[in-house]
Amino acid sequence: MAAGSRAGGAAGRLRLPAHAGSALGVGMLGIYLSVLVLLPVAALVAKSSTGGTDAFWRAITNPEAVAAIKLTLIATGIVVLINAVFGTLIAWVLVRDDFRGKQVVNSVIDLPFALPTIVAGVVLLALYGKGSPIGVNVAFTRLSVGLALLFVTLPFVVRSVQPVLLELDIAMEEAAASLGARSWTVLRRIVLPTLAPAIISGIALSFARAVGEFGSLVLITGNLPFKTEAGSVYIFGQVENDNLPGAAAVSVILLAAAIVVLGALSFASRRMSRHVQ
Amino acid sequence: MSSILFIHSMKKAVMKKHSLAVLVSLIAAAIGLSACGSSSGSKELALVAYSTPKSAYEKLTADFQATSAGKGVTFSQSYGPSGEQSRAVANGQNADVVNFSLEPDVERLVKAGLVSSSWNQNATHGFVTNSVVVFMVRKGNPKHITSWSDLVKPGVQVVTPNPFTSGGARWNIMAAYGAQLKEGKSEAEAQAYLKQLFGHVVSQDSSARNSLQTFTAGRGDVLLGYENEAITAQKKGEDVDYLIPDDTILIQAPVAVVGSSKPAQEFVKYLLSPAAQETWAAQGYRPVISGVQGASKFPKPPGLFTIEYVGGWKSVTDKFFDPETGIVTKIEQGLGVSTSK
Amino acid sequence: MSSSGAGAAAVSNGPGGVARRAPTHDAERAAERAARARKLTARTLALGYLTLLLLAPVAMIFYRTFEHGLAPVWDSITAPNAQHAFWLTIEVVAIAVPLNTAFGIGMALLLERGRFRGKGLLGLLVDLPFAISPVVVGLSLVLVYGKTGWFGDWLTEQGFQIIFSVPGIVLATAVVSLPFVARETIPVLRELGTDSEQAAETLGASPWQTFWRVTLPGIRWGVVYGVVLTTARALGEFGAVSIVSGRIEGQTQTLPLYVQDRFENFDSTGAYTAAVVLALLAMGTLLAMNLLTRRTRRRIGA
Repeated sequence: MAAGSRAGGAAGRLRLPAHAGSALGVGMLGIYLSVLVLLPVAALVAKSSTGGTDAFWRAITNPEAVAAIKLTLIATGIVVLINAVFGTLIAWVLVRDDFRGKQVVNSVIDLPFALPTIVAGVVLLALYGKGSPIGVNVAFTRLSVGLALLFVTLPFVVRSVQPVLLELDIAMEEAAASLGARSWTVLRRIVLPTLAPAIISGIALSFARAVGEFGSLVLITGNLPFKTEAGSVYIFGQVENDNLPGAAAVSVILLAAAIVVLGALSFASRRMSRHVQ
Repeated sequence: MSSILFIHSMKKAVMKKHSLAVLVSLIAAAIGLSACGSSSGSKELALVAYSTPKSAYEKLTADFQATSAGKGVTFSQSYGPSGEQSRAVANGQNADVVNFSLEPDVERLVKAGLVSSSWNQNATHGFVTNSVVVFMVRKGNPKHITSWSDLVKPGVQVVTPNPFTSGGARWNIMAAYGAQLKEGKSEAEAQAYLKQLFGHVVSQDSSARNSLQTFTAGRGDVLLGYENEAITAQKKGEDVDYLIPDDTILIQAPVAVVGSSKPAQEFVKYLLSPAAQETWAAQGYRPVISGVQGASKFPKPPGLFTIEYVGGWKSVTDKFFDPETGIVTKIEQGLGVSTSK
Repeated sequence: MSSSGAGAAAVSNGPGGVARRAPTHDAERAAERAARARKLTARTLALGYLTLLLLAPVAMIFYRTFEHGLAPVWDSITAPNAQHAFWLTIEVVAIAVPLNTAFGIGMALLLERGRFRGKGLLGLLVDLPFAISPVVVGLSLVLVYGKTGWFGDWLTEQGFQIIFSVPGIVLATAVVSLPFVARETIPVLRELGTDSEQAAETLGASPWQTFWRVTLPGIRWGVVYGVVLTTARALGEFGAVSIVSGRIEGQTQTLPLYVQDRFENFDSTGAYTAAVVLALLAMGTLLAMNLLTRRTRRRIGA
């Protein structure tokens, strides 16, 4: 199936037709996107530049801001890698494995989104702070930033890989194995390349979410500037301080970082799916 | 081949036509709903306040409705972080009466032309409640913390909200600063103390409530906070003691009428009445008028001072909390330099 | 880890295939044993990770909700403000999720099947709202649709209040949950390919039939998980909504805002109960989507 995707490219080479129906559809998508994303982002960029380039530069070179941005990006990088590995594994187990309680496990995967972050924060603090029942105390350290981010981004890779695995024909894996391919070869040559776009999609979403995450971080990290203060928390401080241009400037920088990473990931994803063919 | 793409474009077109209808009708429904909400009776008062006094207002609004002035008045109530609430009103949230934790939050509305510039020209200077900055400590005060200088002793860990994310946390900082001046120190010495104090701060949560959560979860030896919140925390069964330092700041929370509605003015008048002040006192707030029953349980610390003692909010905001040049901003940045070494 | 998984699947699901190749009985049994071991390792790792990160916290929330018995939970559920917050949240989700689903499927088709300049850029735009701190998302909506915002005067003239009322909440919710359906559907569309669609078309199916009978069944799992994620996120959003809602009790207070309010007021049972309600709503969505997908699948015989 993977080999058949894109149908060689004969259809792919065609341009989108200037058909009236299509134009209406695309127009609707455009309006929706503008109302929800384009206009607000434009307003944000406009706000960040109200103080001129000088103020913008000062806002983003402020050492506290730099430390917060750095912490956010590094923690996010580590978190998405862990997500990629464990998310894929969890998705695989949920689709191909069978055990008692599987449906329950499957149904709680999305809860990190639905649970209000304050509740998640309190509970994570109780479990992994002082007096932790398993003796792990990471509260108020940089590890806690990673822990909170892992929690809120857990569903992404799992839920991106799961549908592809469900659609992926198991016969191909079987055929490969029956032809004597070793399991590692099956994985590397058949399963992973097919899953790659989905894994990357999940990574991209995790990355974006982790960069912007605020609620779950505030309780467990302690928000110490230069130590555990993440970018989004710093931004909140600037907002609270009526320094809206400063907040917008730092947001724009995080946004730019996200754009670069997301762009690179989507490029990689395209390359890979072409590679499969 | 081109028909393949035609299929897709048709698909999109048909689907979108449907969703257009859905979108229009749903948004219309939503707007209709909200219109009903905001346009109800002329005697509805919109109260927008900071988070802490919510439980006090439960009783105060009911009591007001029982008075002749408050007959037939209904309330819509909104509670949240002081700065956020103030910005919301400035940005168009409907409000008749506002109660914030900091004077500058009212001044923002004066600047926006929503609150009369004479809002504080009354007997209580615009304030509706008082409180003081206190030290919350572990049961039995195991570290024997009694004064500001104890906070910077080796090994003492201090929890306070971040003064940049929590407007209210600024009271803590100014209490610490003013207390040094009270003790006869110079401004430079007082600033040096602040720097030392920040070196002992182990958690700077985003709000006072989060700080309390952090503290009760076992972090730190002392929590800087409001007296009324310490009283509430104890009432709610949190395992904390608190003590009032000899030199501390008087926290004054402002109330103001937005616009000029008569019931709003009546409500503010009621909030300042002896009956209402008694309710405030029962909730742990210090009354702003004298002769209120229950006021005697609040000891007056010998070195009590107001924000005017350290220059007033206008000067303090620029001098200490300017996001680029403020004294506290610089201290926080200095911490980064020392920790990165 | 997954390596063991893939191999294990091949063996366990197709013993016949392996058996044909296996020279002796012993070797076959050894291979099966190894496969089973790999499978168990994968399961243990996945479940261990999930337990630490997700199951334990969720279990704790449930425990803390019910630790004082059922009476306080019932009181919390029946409190008027809780009821209103519940229905408001349902209303917001009921508007934002279908909109985002239609948008997401359309966008996925456009991004995956369309060929035009700037596609990569468009794809980025879909993800963008995500990378912005929710608080800033809320603020940027105020900057555009608030009283002092770009369209403030025009909206006021038309008599629309967007910010600090329900439309603003819907808007903020839609923004923070925008990319899910598109992002979940695109990889499935890619994996699906266009073969079946072409075949359907050759056999004379109308575009509409092709979409409903071929494309949609093909991408159904992507759409299902997209909707589930969108719903979960829409249910739980706090930051952006808190900025644009005005937090008026009984009017614009959503369930997550209500949770915050209960927490601020030391009513932890109230906060945990509302959180459990949100959790159950999210789990219910997954269940409903699963049932719906199964039934559709049976009906169309896909």
